[in-house]
Amino acid sequence: MRSTDSGGGAASGEAVLLPVLSLAGAVLIFGVFVAIGGRDPLEAWRLLLVGAFGDAFSIQNSLQRAAPLMLTALCVALPARAGLTIIGGEGALVVGALACAGLPYVVTLPANWFGSALLLAAASLAGGLWVALAGALREFRGVNETISSLLLAYVATNGFKHLVEGPLRDPGSLNKPSTFPLDPGLQIGAIGSLDVHWGLFWGCLACLIAGLWLALTTHGFATRIVGGNRRAAGLVGLPISQLVVTACGLGGACAGLAGGLEIAAVHTAANASVIAGLGYTGILVSFVARHEPLAIIPVAILMGGFGAAGSLLQRRLGLPDASVQVLLGFAFVLILGMESVRGRLRWNASQPAGLRGAS
Amino acid sequence: MTWETFSALALAVLGGAIRVGTPFLFVSLGECLTEKSGRINLGLEGVLVLSAMTAFGASYWSGSAWLGVIAGSGSGALLALLHGLTCSMRRVNDIAMGIAVMLLGIGLAFYLGKSLIQPQAPIISSIPLGTWSDSPQVRAALNLNALFPIGVVLAISMDWALAKTRWGLILRMVGDSADAARTLGTSIERVRTIATTAGGAIAGLGGASLSLYYPGSWNEGLSSGQGLIAVALVIFARWKPTACLWAALLFGGAGALGPALQSVGITGYYYLFNTVPYVLTLIILVMTCSPQRLIRGSPSELGMPK
Repeated sequence: MRSTDSGGGAASGEAVLLPVLSLAGAVLIFGVFVAIGGRDPLEAWRLLLVGAFGDAFSIQNSLQRAAPLMLTALCVALPARAGLTIIGGEGALVVGALACAGLPYVVTLPANWFGSALLLAAASLAGGLWVALAGALREFRGVNETISSLLLAYVATNGFKHLVEGPLRDPGSLNKPSTFPLDPGLQIGAIGSLDVHWGLFWGCLACLIAGLWLALTTHGFATRIVGGNRRAAGLVGLPISQLVVTACGLGGACAGLAGGLEIAAVHTAANASVIAGLGYTGILVSFVARHEPLAIIPVAILMGGFGAAGSLLQRRLGLPDASVQVLLGFAFVLILGMESVRGRLRWNASQPAGLRGAS
Repeated sequence: MTWETFSALALAVLGGAIRVGTPFLFVSLGECLTEKSGRINLGLEGVLVLSAMTAFGASYWSGSAWLGVIAGSGSGALLALLHGLTCSMRRVNDIAMGIAVMLLGIGLAFYLGKSLIQPQAPIISSIPLGTWSDSPQVRAALNLNALFPIGVVLAISMDWALAKTRWGLILRMVGDSADAARTLGTSIERVRTIATTAGGAIAGLGGASLSLYYPGSWNEGLSSGQGLIAVALVIFARWKPTACLWAALLFGGAGALGPALQSVGITGYYYLFNTVPYVLTLIILVMTCSPQRLIRGSPSELGMPK
């Protein structure tokens, strides 16, 4: 049987404690895992910490990695608040990246901030449409959105590879097929003297706007109602399908923006490096943050930290780069399992049993 | 296109349907079993990858391909057991947990399988059915994966067991009406967990066929959504095991279309042909699902697709 929890920030300490506990548990299990593999778990834990936040370089590295995660997490969080489980953020990112890299082929853009803005807008639009499609399939044809969004992600990835290695290919890119690099005037640079690009700003801004939208606007409230109790929303007369597809579109736009930023700020051309699993890590970020946009910011930074630490673990301990994936996988399983503990921690015992909420 | 090319193409697609369809078959049978009990396991993608790696590793280290198959099945069962146990806890969302198990399974497989990417391991023997022909292409196309007949037998016997045995009845009851099951005192969670684990064991056979037959090696690009397509396959097959067999062959053929066209000389558009199984799945889902009612034949406790 399914139970859907559309998240939402409970003001109790539980809302913070449970994710922290599950992350701690995941780190612990990871240490055991590393120990079984014959390496020192304490060293692994130390490297995790150092690699994530040890010095200025790693902090900037973590922030850099967190930027796209914030946006792809929104791609999961916004539809989740409307009641849908969309996991195809990777597809929206890829489509957005394609749009960003491909627009200069079709339209000559002014090589300044306005051109960059157009690129990012195109990327967001493409990503938004991609996920809105999954939402529409769910609303109008009853197709399970988890499966359809993932299938669309695979279609997008293959379509991307086809276009990048075929019609859009830059003949100068020999070993690694890629599109023509963006004009330097269109690229997005770093924030001041830091090693972090402006994508971090856009990621934080998007999370802030999303959080405010959900909490303070009528439209956001209506979306939350649809996510919380669909029947009640219908009884009250809310336009359910519109709200759901809009939420999907907005989430997809964020992931598309992430793809556009990957091109404009990081890779400067579309190639296979863009497909790096950022969409899938975003799923975890969103679940740990319980689909709360404001909570996504710190969780994304933490996950970015894990990612940054992963390369350190690889270099110093010789662990495969998939070790971070294992850590995140355990974290994901634990965070979901912790849901069953919610409301049953002993410090809630002061409430009479009848008021403790439906189990 | 000449008749020769066409027949070569058709044969390549047919051979490919069986070759590529075998993992689909096993995963969809495993998912069918799980969903019949009222639980959905999206983690079978992770099971597929993890069991492929385990099977390859076991075969490599023990020297016996069949030991690899058993190991693959076992690891699939373990991962699915994790899914089953965690979903038994209250308020855990099946679908989200399935995604988590999928990511965990893939991560574990990549992590543990790093040392297995280069070496060769003994692979499953094939049953040559094409010896009557002179053409090497026909022979190659009709080399049958030894696991495929096992899958066919499994599909047929699962159909029979679900309909005619006591265990099948209990399973279906738990999947169709939890209330009726409770009235009879059956432990719903235990039945579902057992079904999930058994489903994972069957899906593990699919993983073994991926790494021990075709393509016959372990690498990180082995599966790309096949587990997920298999979940959609079960819906398409209306939760009937023998229908899963035909659906698996159909999707296997769709997946083999690209390589088949390449074998007759039509190259290019490689990635576009890769999208055919996914697009086909989407089209079929759009055609068979309806927003108003549950699909006829779906276990009522599944709650989806709606």
